[in-house]
Amino acid sequence: MTIPPRLRRTLTLLTRDASFLALGAPLHLFTGFLLFMIFGLVWEIIEGHDASVPVVLGFALILAVFSAPALTAAQRWRFRRLLGIDIPRSGWQRPQRQYGYHFLVGILLGGLEVLWLALLLSGVAAATVYVWVWGVPWEWRADHPGYSTQGFYVTLAGLAALAAAPALATVLVRLETHVGPGLLGPDPSEDLARRVVDLTESRDGIVDAADAERRRIERDLHDGAQQRLVSLALNLGLARATLTDLPPEAREVIDAAHREAKDAIEELNSLVRGLHPAVLDELGLDAALSGLAARAPLPVRLRVDLPQDPSERVAPSVEAVAYFVVSEALTNVAKHAPEATRAEVTVTRLGGILRVVIADDGVGGADPSGGTGLTGLAQRVRSVDGTFRMSSPVGEPTMMSVELPCPR
Amino acid sequence: MIAEDSVLLRIGLVKVVEMAGFEVAAEAGDAQGLLAAVEEHRPDLAVVDVRMPPGFTDEGVRAALTIRQRWPSTAVLLLSQYVEERYAADLLATNTSGVGYLLKQRVADVEEFIEALRRVAGGGTALDPQVVAQLLVRRPSDPLERLTAREREVLALMAEGRSNAGIAAGLVVSESAVAKHINNILAKLDLPRADADHRRVLAVLHFLGVGDQP
Repeated sequence: MTIPPRLRRTLTLLTRDASFLALGAPLHLFTGFLLFMIFGLVWEIIEGHDASVPVVLGFALILAVFSAPALTAAQRWRFRRLLGIDIPRSGWQRPQRQYGYHFLVGILLGGLEVLWLALLLSGVAAATVYVWVWGVPWEWRADHPGYSTQGFYVTLAGLAALAAAPALATVLVRLETHVGPGLLGPDPSEDLARRVVDLTESRDGIVDAADAERRRIERDLHDGAQQRLVSLALNLGLARATLTDLPPEAREVIDAAHREAKDAIEELNSLVRGLHPAVLDELGLDAALSGLAARAPLPVRLRVDLPQDPSERVAPSVEAVAYFVVSEALTNVAKHAPEATRAEVTVTRLGGILRVVIADDGVGGADPSGGTGLTGLAQRVRSVDGTFRMSSPVGEPTMMSVELPCPR
Repeated sequence: MIAEDSVLLRIGLVKVVEMAGFEVAAEAGDAQGLLAAVEEHRPDLAVVDVRMPPGFTDEGVRAALTIRQRWPSTAVLLLSQYVEERYAADLLATNTSGVGYLLKQRVADVEEFIEALRRVAGGGTALDPQVVAQLLVRRPSDPLERLTAREREVLALMAEGRSNAGIAAGLVVSESAVAKHINNILAKLDLPRADADHRRVLAVLHFLGVGDQP
C-alpha cells in the first residue's frame, strides 16, 4: 500500500508539530503549576493554618526563580531539535523577557497546547469508535439502543477533528515561533549591534592579515629574489669591468644582460615598494612617503603634517592604506595624465581624521568608476571606514582626497 | 670590512672591493659581528648592509652610527635595497665625512661604485641620487625654483658628494662650466662660498635639511 505524497507530507508535518506541542505542554505548564502552588500557599498563610507553609513557599519561590534558566535551555533545545530554529543564547541581560515568557505567555501557550492535544486524542478516539465500542460492557449497549447510529455521528465528528488538527497545529506552531525566539533569544537590535561589532572585528582582522601578508611577501622578495638579482647584476658588472679583451659581440651581449638585470631590479623594486615598505613599519608614514614621491616620474611636492611623537602614530593598518593611496594615485597620474607637469601630496591629521590629498595639474577627465586602480583604491579606503572623493573636471586639475578615521 | 647577510652578495662585494685595491680584513653576517670585527681590525672602511639579522630592520644604520662615534677613523658605506632620507639624515647629523649611503644595485656599476668607495674611504660623502631626490621632494620649492634645470642637476650631483671633476664627467661638460654653475647655485641659494669640496657638500646638504651647520 502506498501513501499518496501529499498525505505523507501532511502526516510528517503533523508528527513533527504534534511532538513539538506535546513537549511544549509540560514545559509551559510546569510554571503554571508552580504559580498555582504559590497562590495556594499564600492563601494558606493568609488563612494561617500551618507553620511550615512559609518554608514550603520559600522553596517554591526559589524553584520558580531558578527554574527559568533551565526552562529556557529546554525551550531552546525544543525549538532547535524539532523545528530547526536556532535561538541564540541571550545570556541574562534582559531577564524580564524570559520570566515574562515562562510565567505569562508560556502558560497561555501551554493551555492552547493541551487543548490541541485533547482535540487530537479525542478525534482519534471518536473516529475509531466502532473499533473499541465492542469492548464496552454489553449491559451498557443494551441500555443505549441506537448507539450504532450515534457511533456514526461520533466517527464523523472525530474525522472532522482529525482533519482540522494539522491546520490548527500549524497555526499554533507559527504562533509559538513568532513569540518564543523573540522573548527567549536576544533582542534583535542588540543582536544586530553585536553582529556589527563582530563583523567590524573580523574585518579589522582581515585588513591586518592582508597587511601582514604584504609584509611577508616584501620580506621574502627582499631576502630572496632581490639579492639574487643584485648579485647577478654585480657579476655581470664585474665581467664587463674585467673581460676587456673580449670580441665586441660578446661585450655587447654582456652589456645587454647587465642592463636587463638592472632594469629587472628597478622594476621589482618599484613593485615591492608599492606593497609594504619596511620603512613604513620602522619610521612611519611620513618617512615612507618621500621614497614614493622621489620615484614618481614627475616632480612631486610633498607636505606632511603629522605629530612627530612616535606614541602618536596612527594605526599601522591606517598608515598602510594611506601609503597605498599615495602610491596608487601617483602611479595613476604617471599613467593617465601624461600632460601633468607636477603633483602635490598633502597629508595632515585633523583630530581623529587623517587627510590625504593628491592633486596634479593635468587636464582632468579621470573617471573614478573606470579603471581597476581607482576601484581597488576606493575598496581599500573603505576597508578602514574611510571616505574617498575625486574631482576631475575636464580641462581642470584633478584632485583626489581621502579621509581615514584614526581614533586617538 | 664587509657586513652583509646574503652570502651570495657578500662574495661579489668582496670581489669588487678587492678590485678597487682594498684588502678585506673581515666579513660579518650581522651587526654584532660587524662591531666586534671593527673593534678588532680598525679598518679604513666598512661596507654595511642596512637590513641584517636579527630584526632585519635598520640594524646596519644603527651599527654605522656606533662606528662613526666610537671609531671615527673608520669610514662607513651603507648599502640598502631601498634608500630612505630619514636614515641619511641620521647618518649625516653627526658627521658628514666618511659616510656613504647607496642603493644596493649601484654595486653592479662597478667603476662608479669603486669611485664611491674611494671617495668615502678618503673622508668624502657618497649619497645615492635617490636619497637626494627624496631630500628635494621635502624642500619647499621656492628657492629651488630660482635655479635653472641644469643648475638643479648640478645641485643634485653636489649633494651626492661628487667633486667638480665628477660632476663634469657626469654631465659631460667642462670643469670650468661646472664651477660657474656652482657659483651661481651658491649665490641663488644664499649659501656660503667654500673652496674645499667637502665644505661645499656640507652647505648643500644643510640647505636640503640634513647634516650639520657648515
